[in-house]
Amino acid sequence: MSDVSFVRTEMLPEKAPPVTSAGAIGWMRENLFSGWFNTALTLVSLVVILYVLSAIVPWVLSPTWSGTSLNECREMLAAAGHNGGHGGACWGVIRERWIQLLFGFYPSELYWRPIAAFILLAVALAPILFSDKVPGKLIWFSAAYPFIFPWLLWGGTVWGPIAAAAGFGIGFVVYRILSDAVSSLAGMIGGLVAALIWWLALSGLAVSALESILPIGIEAVESRKFGGFMLSITIGIVAIACSLPLGVVLALGRQSDLLIVKYLCVGFIEFIRGVPLITLLFVASTLLNIFMPPGTNFDIILRVLIMVTLFASAYMAEVIRGGLAALPKGQYEGADSLGLDYWQSQRLIIMPQALKISIPGIVSTFIGVFKDTTLVSIIGLLDPLGLSNAIRADANWNGIVWELYGFIALLFFVFCFGMSRYSMYLERKLQTGHR
Amino acid sequence: MLLYDTRYRSATIQVIALIFFMLLAAWLINNTAQNLAELGKPIDFGFFSEPASYDINQRLLDYNSRDTHLRAALIGLLNTLVVAVLGCATATILGVIIGVLRLSHNWLIGRLMTVYVEMFRNVPVLLWIVFIMAILIETLPAPRAFRGEDPAASMLLGDTVALTNRGVYIPEPLFSRSLGDVHMLGGSGLRFDISLDLILLLVVLGGGLWVSRRIKRRADRIQESTGVRPTTWYLRLGVIVVPLAIVLTVLGFHLGYPALKGFNFQGGTHLRNSLIALWLALSLYTAAFVAEIVRSGIMAISKGQTEAASALGLRSNRIMSLVILPQALRVIVPPLISQYLNLTKNSSLAIAVGYMDITGTLGGITMNQTGRELECVLLLMLVYLVISLSISTVMNWYNESVKLKER
Repeated sequence: MSDVSFVRTEMLPEKAPPVTSAGAIGWMRENLFSGWFNTALTLVSLVVILYVLSAIVPWVLSPTWSGTSLNECREMLAAAGHNGGHGGACWGVIRERWIQLLFGFYPSELYWRPIAAFILLAVALAPILFSDKVPGKLIWFSAAYPFIFPWLLWGGTVWGPIAAAAGFGIGFVVYRILSDAVSSLAGMIGGLVAALIWWLALSGLAVSALESILPIGIEAVESRKFGGFMLSITIGIVAIACSLPLGVVLALGRQSDLLIVKYLCVGFIEFIRGVPLITLLFVASTLLNIFMPPGTNFDIILRVLIMVTLFASAYMAEVIRGGLAALPKGQYEGADSLGLDYWQSQRLIIMPQALKISIPGIVSTFIGVFKDTTLVSIIGLLDPLGLSNAIRADANWNGIVWELYGFIALLFFVFCFGMSRYSMYLERKLQTGHR
Repeated sequence: MLLYDTRYRSATIQVIALIFFMLLAAWLINNTAQNLAELGKPIDFGFFSEPASYDINQRLLDYNSRDTHLRAALIGLLNTLVVAVLGCATATILGVIIGVLRLSHNWLIGRLMTVYVEMFRNVPVLLWIVFIMAILIETLPAPRAFRGEDPAASMLLGDTVALTNRGVYIPEPLFSRSLGDVHMLGGSGLRFDISLDLILLLVVLGGGLWVSRRIKRRADRIQESTGVRPTTWYLRLGVIVVPLAIVLTVLGFHLGYPALKGFNFQGGTHLRNSLIALWLALSLYTAAFVAEIVRSGIMAISKGQTEAASALGLRSNRIMSLVILPQALRVIVPPLISQYLNLTKNSSLAIAVGYMDITGTLGGITMNQTGRELECVLLLMLVYLVISLSISTVMNWYNESVKLKER
């Protein structure tokens, strides 16, 4: 009787998975063609994509980069066989006018100034945005930047921004002296009053005196020469930078126990959020001068900046309020139990956390404000959209539409998409693992 | 000192804040009064009774250029509401579809919807409005292209809808045995007509819905007592549809189709390009935001909810309607409200394509003609404020009713 039992002594080699469930085919079966409904969806979307691409790609790839007028473009297209000269883009307009779409009517020999301003902006933002990758000393440059930025763009005497910055210095010195001598509240009030007196009464005299002794300055540029993306970015940046502190104050006011302060803040926020930006821009263009003392007449861009800042600050306040509300009550109580006063607990405990929670909201407010800067074209400022109308008024480019809109849309897309991706990066970086 | 005594501290701060606020307000009002006196135009709303002498081509009520500025503003207000309501409805439908499709397991469709959302969210809405307006004007055929034996363009849906570069013509509802209209407020600037046909239809529809609800309640009661639910869907549908059909037949309901006469289409309802462009752009733009809201709302419901519901033996459509949707709606509704508000406010960009909404009439031509900036802009803000606050009140009320009932 022989032993017929069999025991395998070594493992069999693994078999490769069937071709239909691995690799490209498996992936497609799982993700594109699982079930009749998904297959239909896939086929429909493929048809849509092909249709859209077949319309857009030949249009984009048209050899008209060197055209100097719409007619010339059409001739070039007809020569290249693009059905009758209408089947392609006329990129000549972008080649000829892209610089205008970026800078408006800013004097061309002074282009270095806005460019320098925006490059320095990146330097000034670096310590705030990427705090772990750049030296901390750079934050002093960030503090000085708000005074350098308008000086570079508008030009004029160097003493103006220096005097404006000196106001903060004077206020701070008075605050330190008084808070040591009397009390911190008296210091705060005294510092504020001193700074206000300096800005409203003395700084003008000081600037003109210094100007006559030591005239240092660069060529001044009028506001009406501003335009294009430079204008959009300027409005966006100023409104965003000013609205953040204002929004924090309004949000704190809205959360406050002081009824009158609370209702003033609620009234302001709800009023601004209840009306469209365009009505606020109408206020900027027609009414703001009426609200000021008789004889005041200040610059249209400044007026727009004020109204856009107020607009953005109301939205910012709501975003930050959301962050404050999301904070557990224990944080407030913990701060109280440590014996911190209201401002200390806000500065050291509440705000850092609340701002971190509200980052996605803050960035989407930023993006919204930046997109809304296009509305200034309605009150006659030459932002990219306003310029596209001006370009179309030129006889050479009369009738050109898609190329300009496409170019403007692309630039806006790049900026806004970049910002939203940055916010995602920031969220991940600040995530301290509470979930 | 009042500030250092905790009993009076908050009152002191509030009084100081109030004084500062009142000083600021007084300063602004004083400046305004002085400036207006200098310009020689004291605040006066008399211009509302003067003839507007400009035309409004897209309107719901009758209007001609001899009507007053007040009537022009009213027409503008109605136009704003029309585009806001249309836009909110389309944006919601589109947004829900796109949001759900973005969560699809189908890789291609998910990516396609992501591209859509990013494309619309990251480009200004004003650009979309003028862009779509340009598409309508440049690519649609002129009315004369519909003429002749072998026309270059043809009407859609069995010769009922005409897409032209002057606007879209759709069929209009007509009644051959109409009950007529009631004219309200006679010859004043606020006059309007109420169609008795419409009232009758609404009454019949409302009655049908009421009876249908009664039938549902009865079915509920039977189900609770016996455990068996009687089949009622045909009854419930019937009590709504049958009376409505009878009334429509009695009134002689038919559609008036647009037809090419002379240089243009006659008959039907004419939707101007400006309305279509604004409506489309606002819907497509807002739909991208709504899609994100819907997606995050659905993703916020944990998988355990679905699993628990199926463990209880619920069918998949009951899981959706009884478990997932009520919870997802709670997350979706508040941000959705603010999107509706945004859409309504964005409708003020109508001025860029020449759609005569309240910004185009009161804040546009009326303001420029009469030079009454202060009155016009303040009234314009007031109108938008009232619209916004009413939308948020209604929506907050709804939100309250779906809120999680907590102890």
